[in-house]
Amino acid sequence: MAGGEGALKPKLAVWKFASCDGCQLSLLDLEDDLLALAGAVELADFREATSGVVEGPYDLSLVEGSITTPHDAERIREVRSSSKALVTIGACATAGGVQALRNFADVDEFVRAVYASPQFISTLSTSTPIADHVRVDFELRGCPINKRQLLEVVTAFLHGRRPGIPSTSVCTECKRRGVVCVTVAHGTPCLGPVTHAGCGALCPAFDRGCFGCFGPMETPNTASLVSLLRSQGLDDRDVQRVFGTFNANADAFREAAGRG
Amino acid sequence: MAERRTIRTDYLARVEGEGAMRVELADGQVEHVELRIFEPPRFFEALLRGRSFLEAPDITARICGICPVAYQTSAVNALESLCGVEVSEPIRILRRLLYCGEWIESHALHVYMLHAPDFLGYAGAVELARDAPQAVERGLALKKTGNEVMSLVGGREIHPINVRVGGFYRTPARSELRALVEPLERAREAALDTVRWTAGFDFPAHTVGCTLVALSRGDTYAIEDGRVRSDAGLDIAAAEYDEWFEEEHVERSNALHSRLRSGDTYLCGPLARYTLNRESLSPLAQEAARDAGLDELCRDPFRSIVVRSVELVYACDEALRLIDAYEEPDAPFVTVEPVAGTGHGVSEAPRGLLYHRYRLDADGTILDAKIVPPTSQNQLAIEDDLRAVVADNARLDDDELRSLCEQTIRNYDPCISCATHFLDLEVVRR
Repeated sequence: MAGGEGALKPKLAVWKFASCDGCQLSLLDLEDDLLALAGAVELADFREATSGVVEGPYDLSLVEGSITTPHDAERIREVRSSSKALVTIGACATAGGVQALRNFADVDEFVRAVYASPQFISTLSTSTPIADHVRVDFELRGCPINKRQLLEVVTAFLHGRRPGIPSTSVCTECKRRGVVCVTVAHGTPCLGPVTHAGCGALCPAFDRGCFGCFGPMETPNTASLVSLLRSQGLDDRDVQRVFGTFNANADAFREAAGRG
Repeated sequence: MAERRTIRTDYLARVEGEGAMRVELADGQVEHVELRIFEPPRFFEALLRGRSFLEAPDITARICGICPVAYQTSAVNALESLCGVEVSEPIRILRRLLYCGEWIESHALHVYMLHAPDFLGYAGAVELARDAPQAVERGLALKKTGNEVMSLVGGREIHPINVRVGGFYRTPARSELRALVEPLERAREAALDTVRWTAGFDFPAHTVGCTLVALSRGDTYAIEDGRVRSDAGLDIAAAEYDEWFEEEHVERSNALHSRLRSGDTYLCGPLARYTLNRESLSPLAQEAARDAGLDELCRDPFRSIVVRSVELVYACDEALRLIDAYEEPDAPFVTVEPVAGTGHGVSEAPRGLLYHRYRLDADGTILDAKIVPPTSQNQLAIEDDLRAVVADNARLDDDELRSLCEQTIRNYDPCISCATHFLDLEVVRR
């Protein structure tokens, strides 16, 4: 898709659904590469950054956020139909985000807990990932995503190749970085063995157990990890809490939390 | 037959989140103004119930990718005050340093990428960079330095992982912080250039009359804690917040609207901080403010870009002072035992006062939570200001008026994701 001087530049669009804006901010956080990226693509629709809007179709759409309203369930279909490639960025778009905790609760009760006039609020009873609604070409994990990985994904799609994003666990990143295992050395509960790589073993490097921002790795052995967590003193409620955060609705984490 | 005009913008760009605005005019008179926020609710206050109090900083960070440290700080302030914990001086220094990083990152983003394009007539910073690459690169370098501070102290710039109730998971060595000195010195120069740059923009003559509310401290410019004060004489602790402020739920918005219980509309954020606390700024930041022509108080929302620039100077200056003052603590955190009861915490997010309240049971389970973000508090003031701006400028054609309305909203750096939400601008003239 990349072209020389005078060729049409590929059109990049960024879309927001229910989210904190942090994953699309990662694009602006590419400070040293942002203007080069903006020179290589046409930022056709990126409302957080520009009021200039170019109509579709788009060569690449980056989608942040989960589907939580009837209106957004329609809107994501329009985004899909106007996009050649669609990549989800972050835990909300890929797993439903922390707001998917409503999936295990009574959403009407949630509305009443926050709003004085529940009749003004339009919401679905679930928060679901984009792939539950439309075809997704690639899912980039993380809460938030890693901005270097984002640059790799955008570059790969613009050149028509698969992104080089490892789907191993955080454990492999600890080993590569030479970080001492917090579980082995200190008995600290850590989700690293079942969590998708991508953060660079951030928490263990800060003497903290991984808490699963990047969601489940490709083939996680959560049963084995749950046994270990229990031997470290976690009870049922603790296990449900550690797996029930930003990727609570991802299959492997939902099951590990005892939520079927 | 009245002459009625309709102007609308369906999606307000260069703000964080999703919202709409609607203005109706008849015969040039403003009939109705509303800022509608329709970003879908995520129910944080509900999903916090049943969680451990130790999870609050990580979970509430996810309310906002632009100001996660504000959420983490107000949360730990509320929980530590309830549990009777005082953190050590080095921990306080690191928290303030981390928060300075967030101010630098967020203010640089807003000044250069979201707000300056309005004054200079560009759609965004990328478009601006074609004509003024040096200015945009200066902004990006400033933003990068803020992110470097957050990464070093917090682990990463978006949703830092190092903040915990009672302190940090890991505290840096003095030598690690030294790596920030040179970038921050450069950033401070860039921030001074930023003040000179924004001070030269054209500003319409315009002021707002509402009450100004900000945290204040006797010793320093309040960031990570303080008493809630107003220019009308209010001076209360965080625990008294609910006695003086209330929220209401209106149909047009998924964000609750705050007002003083007296009925008065108020404004928080840079204008309020500067007006109440200018004398606590560092000498360098005060000098920059004077050179930029700022008076002792600033009630002009258009000039908020200059005030943010002055706060950029201060945040860089203060970060350097904190790095110099930092001594490594004996332990990175104190273990906090939960206490049944209600805790209150406040801090100054880049866009203004952020209030948290938690009620815990004896084992530390959160029974209920209340979070009042700055954009909720500013919503009514923004609407009042839009009404005034439209009334003063009804002679403008639709495109000009729409641009001015958008700029008026961006003057407040609304964070609609925080307030829950998204802007879609619609002006109806009849």
